[in-house]
Amino acid sequence: MRAGAVSKRQLSQRSAFSLLIVATIIVALPVLAIVIQIIVNGADAISLEFLTESPSQAGKAGGILPAIVGTFYLMLGTILIALPLGVMAGIYLTEYARDNRFTRAINLAIVNLAGVPSIVYGLFGLGIFVLLFHFGMSLLSASLTLACQALAMTVTTSREAILAVPREYREGSLAVGATRWQTIRHLVLPQASPGIITGAVLAMSRAAGETAPILVVGAAFLLPGLPQSPFDQFMALPYHLYTVAAHVPGMPKSTMWGVALVLLVVVLSFNVLATIIRLRARQWRYSL
Amino acid sequence: MKMNSELLNKNTAINNNVKLSTKGVDLYYGSFQALRNITLDIPECAITAIIGPSGCGKSSFLRIFNRMNDLITGAKVEGLVELTGINIYDRSIDVVELRKRVGMVFQKPNPFPMSVFENVAFGPRRHGTNNLGELEDTIERSLHQAALWNEVKDKLGQSALSLSGGQQQRLCIARVLAVEPEVILMDEPCSALDPVATLKIEDLMRSLAENYTIVIVTHNMQQAARVSDMAAFLMMEEDRAGALVEYGPTSQIFTNPKDKRTEDYITGRFG
Repeated sequence: MRAGAVSKRQLSQRSAFSLLIVATIIVALPVLAIVIQIIVNGADAISLEFLTESPSQAGKAGGILPAIVGTFYLMLGTILIALPLGVMAGIYLTEYARDNRFTRAINLAIVNLAGVPSIVYGLFGLGIFVLLFHFGMSLLSASLTLACQALAMTVTTSREAILAVPREYREGSLAVGATRWQTIRHLVLPQASPGIITGAVLAMSRAAGETAPILVVGAAFLLPGLPQSPFDQFMALPYHLYTVAAHVPGMPKSTMWGVALVLLVVVLSFNVLATIIRLRARQWRYSL
Repeated sequence: MKMNSELLNKNTAINNNVKLSTKGVDLYYGSFQALRNITLDIPECAITAIIGPSGCGKSSFLRIFNRMNDLITGAKVEGLVELTGINIYDRSIDVVELRKRVGMVFQKPNPFPMSVFENVAFGPRRHGTNNLGELEDTIERSLHQAALWNEVKDKLGQSALSLSGGQQQRLCIARVLAVEPEVILMDEPCSALDPVATLKIEDLMRSLAENYTIVIVTHNMQQAARVSDMAAFLMMEEDRAGALVEYGPTSQIFTNPKDKRTEDYITGRFG
């Protein structure tokens, strides 16, 4: 045995490991830095007043309640449209669709849906929902626009969750004379629902963070109160952040960071929620 | 020989009514022919075993009787398949109704991830029974029939996945029995089970054969000899299509096969 050769191999192994660890740390650093920076700078701005009042003086004073509420309305509207449609399309594509040119075209469209730049969705929404359907610059138009974007995710996650349900279950169900729809309704969907819900929650958190598409379909810079109907304009956290940071001179720094912090908390808490659902579902399955 | 006398005893009980029959059945998966020209009559209230080497189309043949092959794109059945004289591939046949009459138990126990109770209730519920008292009666009856009641009567609310493999398979049999089928198809039901659990299932099959027509696919020659009344030996032809080599009472197939290939197979010379 030649000790020299071994130590050389060990050396190269060690340096490879070190390199990989450094790369991993570098990957994690920006996330950590962003979170710390936002918390440190924004924490001072957070107060009861900031969270519960409407803005005044072009956002320099007062709170951001309309933007928080607007963002939640947007998330809700988006998911109410994108989830049922996504799940139904997911069911059709996995359980009923035959492999032909039509389904292949649809699958291709869904894959590409995710790759369309978000501002393009905004212009699409402006053309279709705002102008053609006369929904105006409104919460409804914005929800529909964001829902189009979220569909890529809800269809894909639904389809994957449904495909992950073992074939043995379906066969067992059909073998006792259940119809295909009963099999889906009573066996496949309950099994797939944790995956579907996880995808939906992630789609919501993404919708919460979108700025570009809502810019052109109904987000307002400043509104005195909360939207009263789906046809009202609305404020939203990311757009508010963009305007106070870029368009209001003399804006206190802490207010900007405060808006960013609230947005981050909303988005991250939804991501954490998705993780919890996924872990719980796995645990629940194993503990059975 | 003990085995022979057992076989003879069984055969005295064979019913002459034909429950299932195939006439000149061919099965294709796309352009591949999986089965060729299979003609046989399966007697009522008896156990018919389908035996043969791996890949000869035993399972495919079994799945013809509840049209499970319908799920595979490109699968096509030609020839006549009859259940009590009715062509089950006729356009007027409701496949869901057919599968209610012809239940199936699979190779790997596949209890649903729900309670023992809900597993057995699954079929009846889908067929419109939602009255709890009625369901309870059905479930108790089915679990008794599947020789599982005493083991699970105190844990009906527990997950079916917590049962042992043998119990899971008997639960799957109970699930099929709950919809009151006439025929039970079993696709190597014991291949995933230990010998003790296997014997329990075999005993269960014998008792079920008094009221149900059972068709079983098995790899295990001893099992076929032990439980079946009739045996069909399938083999691949040169183009890999499965064909029926010999069919008759189990006692005859195992003690006095007419075809040399059957003899070679059951004595373990190939396969």
